Amino acid sequence: MTTMANRPSAGTAHASTAAVEPELRGVQTITFAKALTLAMSDAMASDATVLVFGEDVGTLGGVFRVTDGLTRRFGEERCFDTPLAESGIVGMATGMAMNGMKPVVEMQFDAFAYPAFEQITSHVAKMGNRTRGQVRLPLVIRIPYAGGIGGVEHHCDSSEAYYVHTPGLTVLTPSTVSDAYIMLRDAIASPDPVVFMEPKKLYFSKATVDLDALRARYDGDSVLPSSIGKAAVAREGTDATLIAYGPSVAAALAAAETAAEEGRSLQVIDVRSLVPFDDETVSAAVRSTGRAIVIAEAPGFASMAAEIVARIQERCFHSLAAPVLRVSGFDIPYPAPRLEKYYLPGVDRILDAVDQLQWEQS
Amino acid sequence: MTNHPEIVDHGGYAGHGEDYLLPSDAPVQLIAPEGAPMTAGDYKEPYALPDDATLLDGYERLVIGRRVNEQAGALVRQGRMAVYPSSYGQEACQVASDMCLRSSDWLFPTYRDTVAILGRGVTPMEAFESLRGDWHSGFDPHQYNTGLPTTPLATQLLHAVGVAHAAKLRGEDTVALALCGDGATSEGDFHEALNFAAVFHVPVVFLIQNNQYAISVPLIHQSVAPSLAHKAVGYGMPGERVDGNDLAALLAVLGHALERARDGGGPSLVEAHTYRMEAHTNADDATRYRSAEEVAQWVPKDPLLRLQKYLSDAGLLGAADTERFAAAAEVVAKTIRDGLNTETSPDPADLFAYVYSEPTPQLREQAFMLAEELSAGQPLEGAQS
Repeated sequence: MTTMANRPSAGTAHASTAAVEPELRGVQTITFAKALTLAMSDAMASDATVLVFGEDVGTLGGVFRVTDGLTRRFGEERCFDTPLAESGIVGMATGMAMNGMKPVVEMQFDAFAYPAFEQITSHVAKMGNRTRGQVRLPLVIRIPYAGGIGGVEHHCDSSEAYYVHTPGLTVLTPSTVSDAYIMLRDAIASPDPVVFMEPKKLYFSKATVDLDALRARYDGDSVLPSSIGKAAVAREGTDATLIAYGPSVAAALAAAETAAEEGRSLQVIDVRSLVPFDDETVSAAVRSTGRAIVIAEAPGFASMAAEIVARIQERCFHSLAAPVLRVSGFDIPYPAPRLEKYYLPGVDRILDAVDQLQWEQS
Repeated sequence: MTNHPEIVDHGGYAGHGEDYLLPSDAPVQLIAPEGAPMTAGDYKEPYALPDDATLLDGYERLVIGRRVNEQAGALVRQGRMAVYPSSYGQEACQVASDMCLRSSDWLFPTYRDTVAILGRGVTPMEAFESLRGDWHSGFDPHQYNTGLPTTPLATQLLHAVGVAHAAKLRGEDTVALALCGDGATSEGDFHEALNFAAVFHVPVVFLIQNNQYAISVPLIHQSVAPSLAHKAVGYGMPGERVDGNDLAALLAVLGHALERARDGGGPSLVEAHTYRMEAHTNADDATRYRSAEEVAQWVPKDPLLRLQKYLSDAGLLGAADTERFAAAAEVVAKTIRDGLNTETSPDPADLFAYVYSEPTPQLREQAFMLAEELSAGQPLEGAQS
């Protein structure tokens, strides 16, 4: 705990007169976005070095309201708006992380993070290695990403390949409300920099979760193992394995549901942690079914999906009954809102791929 | 009525208009090139000639810095070091940066600032580790409160802003001094760093070493601003320009800027007018873009000659001092020489050890693969040795 905890924050008068939002407790039905907010607010409450900043994250609470209430509760020193400059945000976060802080910064949209690319790839990713581990950067770069929301150009990119290709970055993407909480807490707790990719079409999805149980994972001595590097089995199945992450997990689950009605049992793996990648869980799953399809929104060429296919082929070749297929975005710029339905990997396209898994040979 | 938390007025300048932000009409100079001190009134308040002991200390540092540049250049020519961007001729900026900072303050240098890095206490072997090619850096930034020199331009200015911002939040009186060159002022991060520093009112000072060239490109192709110091006005911070070959003036101007930052006065920008006497690096050929006549014009403005003349004329520099400083410089040069003439063998296992706090399963596999190759005695493809 730094000295900050005992110091009044800037705008104290404002902060102290505003009503502090009541803490949600127990079993609650909350949105994905709210789970992220709670993860940040709980982390900020337990560690005075956790700071949140970015564009519109303060008074407005973020364009997706993910930081809603943090400035009111923690003051303007702990959650604040920055000038509109992404490289500035990440570069300043780097310096703050070098000096004892744990910044959680928001890039407003996937494509708006590109001005920060040099800071992320040349400095954030390399600092730990360059200093032989003497300077770790415990910062989180939150990036709302991917499509399916009818967004305009530059608001729907699946940009994960740029980050997963950069050694030194941890890249996470939750797909459930409870994972939104758990994985963001784990990202903030990580000593390494994390690119935290939030599927924006899931922001307002809801689930009922036990907040006390989620928080208990981070209490004192009972801290549970991190979700970083761990894939999740989202649905059990025996005939083929669908491997998805982020916004595509829902499509995979819907496809598995439809397939089940047709008598085919599909397993769904939620990769969750793109880097580090959980080869163990994915390979075991594929070996158990002998068939696999990787589903992702990003263009398939030189993509995370391509990497997953390659890794499966290297590790599971002798267990495979069919080539591993990809259902990905086309190799085109993300389409305009009225055309995105033709682009996004959906249930029909996934089931068509399932049909191609050489069932006649089994 | 606004919903925004109280907008903080950082001022203290009410009623001053914008003029207080403007740099002096000409670069601040306290000692003329021929060694004569300027008379008070020739430069603006509150600058004043540093005391004798400070200037003598500074002169010793200049002598050592010059020797470091010469020794490093020689070692590059002998093939003991991959590359060395020399600050020959700019040593006064290097030395002033060190002398104006406390050890608890932070320095964010560029790749040309090895002399300043050494002045922070970084050992020669740590400072030269990246230049000899053993690792991408050789020292712990936290041990010396000194950022790592890297080759992307202006990116470190934002790190300085972040360190200063964190220091302010922690209630520490740490200030950060961020160095860059004239070319770097064209980069977006220069703009973002100055703007962030001003908006958040953090204790950071930006020092531009305007050595007239970005590799081959002269300043006129970077900027047509009245001066680089004038850029400060646009961010709402004071700008100042100083003769970058006049250590006394640098100490006065930088010292003032840093104390101002330490006292909560916020950031400022200092432009030091100097000259890169040598090529960009040993890989560069400066004769392709500038004349010998131009370089020759800067020889009499040399920062060492100037201070030496001043101190001698004032009776402050005796033969014994000169001998002592030369000996101290030789000790440093010998340390560098001995270090770089010692064979090192970087450990290939280090390649995987530090990328993450804990190597990922994939990196463990790759480390194992390399270790197997090495233990099997396989020649490494592409290896030069």
